[in-house]
Amino acid sequence: MLSCRQATELMSQAQDRKLGLTERMNLGVHLLMCIGCRNFDRQMAFLRRATSKLVANFKEPHE
Amino acid sequence: MAISNLTDALASFRNDMLRFARLQLRDDAAAEDAVQETMLAAIESADRFAGQSQVKTWVFSILKNKIIDLIRKRTREPNAGSLDQEIAEDAYDALFNERQHWQPNERPSNWGNPEETLENTQFWKIFEACLDRLPSNTARVFMMREFLGFETEEICKELNLTASNCWVVLHRARMALRLCLDGLWFQGKK
Repeated sequence: MLSCRQATELMSQAQDRKLGLTERMNLGVHLLMCIGCRNFDRQMAFLRRATSKLVANFKEPHE
Repeated sequence: MAISNLTDALASFRNDMLRFARLQLRDDAAAEDAVQETMLAAIESADRFAGQSQVKTWVFSILKNKIIDLIRKRTREPNAGSLDQEIAEDAYDALFNERQHWQPNERPSNWGNPEETLENTQFWKIFEACLDRLPSNTARVFMMREFLGFETEEICKELNLTASNCWVVLHRARMALRLCLDGLWFQGKK
């Protein structure tokens, strides 16, 4: 059983590499039971979106 | 493109270029250099800019390459990485209990509708401030990944880090950013 701390590490790494099958299973089982980590996972996705939008905002002709 | 039109355009978004470079280089002088070189390079190749993309997009792609060059140059210098420019290993210990599960008051909350947040101009000021708070080595890895679009393997190679080291730094950067945004933005919205 993953701890929340380990789950956050996997959720971060999922942004950088493809997780293995066992990792995905372990994470999935953890997320089913843990609302905090589900929120964390959405926050990671949000960070990725916000950063790419920030970069896009810089390149746009108008602020 | 006529030189005068180009220089008008460059002057109009020079501050954006500086902010973009500073966020990534963490060094005002280096950011100035990158922007200066970018403007010269743009003027030099003004006649080759066919205008199929926006001039700002084109100039930012030059700037991005200048920033990458500067990062590469800097990582070859001695003392490129010192510990105080990184997030400490125990920085997030207090968020978790002895079984490494969230402390009740540290459990991540729902940040609501992302569209709404991303449309709010105030949010972007907070977001930049939070990026700016990352220690410089942590920031460098995060920016290479998220701003410059490097794959983790490339970052490791450029910065002489192992892959797991790279993931650790990225994890800490994301932990820091989410805490900063949560504190400065999302908690206040509730």
